[in-house]
Amino acid sequence: MYTEKVMDHFQNPRNMGEVEDPDGVGEVGNPQCGDVMRITIKVDENEDRIEDVKFKTLGCGAAIATSSMVTELAKGKTLDEAQEISKKVVADALGGLPPQKMHCSNLASDGLRKAIEDYRARHAQ
Amino acid sequence: MDSAIFLDNAATTRTDPDVLETMRPWLDENFGSPATLYTFGSQAKQAIEAARQHVADLIGADPKDIFFTSGATESNNWAIKGVAEALEERGRHIISNQAEHHSILMPLRHLEKKGWEVTYLPVDSDGFVDPDAVAAAVRDDTVLVTMVHANHEIGTIQPIAEIGRVTAEKGVAFHVNAAQTAGHIPISVQELGAGLMSLSAHKFYGPKGVGALYIRRGVRITPLLHGGSQEKKRRAGTHNVPGIVGMGKAAELARANLKAEVDRLSGLRDHIFDWVEKNIDDIRINGHRTRRLPNNVNFSIEGIEGESIMLSLSYPTADGARPVYISTGSACVSGSLEPSHILLALGMPAELAHGSVRISMAKGDNQEDIDYALSQIAAVAERLRSMSPVYKRGNKKCAAGSDPNGCECEAAG
Repeated sequence: MYTEKVMDHFQNPRNMGEVEDPDGVGEVGNPQCGDVMRITIKVDENEDRIEDVKFKTLGCGAAIATSSMVTELAKGKTLDEAQEISKKVVADALGGLPPQKMHCSNLASDGLRKAIEDYRARHAQ
Repeated sequence: MDSAIFLDNAATTRTDPDVLETMRPWLDENFGSPATLYTFGSQAKQAIEAARQHVADLIGADPKDIFFTSGATESNNWAIKGVAEALEERGRHIISNQAEHHSILMPLRHLEKKGWEVTYLPVDSDGFVDPDAVAAAVRDDTVLVTMVHANHEIGTIQPIAEIGRVTAEKGVAFHVNAAQTAGHIPISVQELGAGLMSLSAHKFYGPKGVGALYIRRGVRITPLLHGGSQEKKRRAGTHNVPGIVGMGKAAELARANLKAEVDRLSGLRDHIFDWVEKNIDDIRINGHRTRRLPNNVNFSIEGIEGESIMLSLSYPTADGARPVYISTGSACVSGSLEPSHILLALGMPAELAHGSVRISMAKGDNQEDIDYALSQIAAVAERLRSMSPVYKRGNKKCAAGSDPNGCECEAAG
């Protein structure tokens, strides 16, 4: 059902956990639906760049793999660049996802975007 | 598969080697059709009749009342549609329950579209149907009550004999889906009061693609499959001779080992419940603790999701680790956004249904393998919980920042 890449990220997730003292937090999903993702980021203020990013995820194999992949894709990118990471980009980077998983379990990019928005909102104050 | 521990036997079982051996000649040199008159065919006919006797003996029935089918799905479809059609003039109301298998629910929905009315009785938090509720639901136009004997997911064994007394008293046909129980617990169609009973061979170490419908003499039913005159003109189609012979052998073996297996598997089952309760925090046992199938265990692990449990167990990463195959009621496996309708029917919150684990054992299983599987489950639970943003955080309905009333299961955008 899953590609080797999905299984690799599921079994050996990258950047799992929480960034200490995060600059932005994004959480999406709902336990009732079986998927919740929490993305925490540390931002280099001078360069507007994601220094560190971590995830915690409740969900299926695809949910965990997409979360892991999003953190890999986002690390080191500027906030503007990271915001462009879409569901399709994440799925493609994983060599594709089963069609039924494209929407319900591929929320990680939304989580990342929320974390960036959270950072910007905090920063604007 | 050799090193793997297969604990998904409610889905299907491995065909017993003796069954396979018995079937082999009927796939090979004895290929004649039982419908023909030459000796070659009449041997097949005799083999089918011997199998019919074994299947009848398994459920305490008269072999004349056993009709071979392609499996429980066909048997369930036949029972429901066949009785509905035969008794259409008398009435168009059927009684079932909310926690039935899809091979019951889908034929019922099909009839609903064509004008029949179906009452789906609720089940309690252990999955039981109340026989008094069945009695109360019977109307003048009720023609059929269909109830599963034991639930395939949570193992709950329904009070079928009590329901059978209700249907006998009210003069309503009673169908029992015994796909999970036949060959696993003692069955007597007389004691249960079943007028119709569905069986499936591959659930008790027989081959796939063969089953039976018991139809007590006098129960009115039209055929589902029309064609040749096989099975006393009630189920057309050339007999699946190897399958039927295999089912007969499987029934014979199951009956011989029944008592010992019930005791042994119940012991293993109770051991698993004790172990998980002691060794994994925040779990909930699904279904009744003892009034359930001897080989069925179901529990929910709070804070994690079933598909990721299943995947982690079936693809272990540690060197030399053995894969463990289990099942879950999570939405990710049901192919929809909803978790198992059976777990929801118990009144369970969706988040717990997503984290459900079903372990269904088989006759070969020993405690050493079970204990290995349990240690793997505990390790997987710990790992996934360490990744979970919600475990031990309290019962928050929605993600932070989202509107609790507007939170939908399909991701926005």
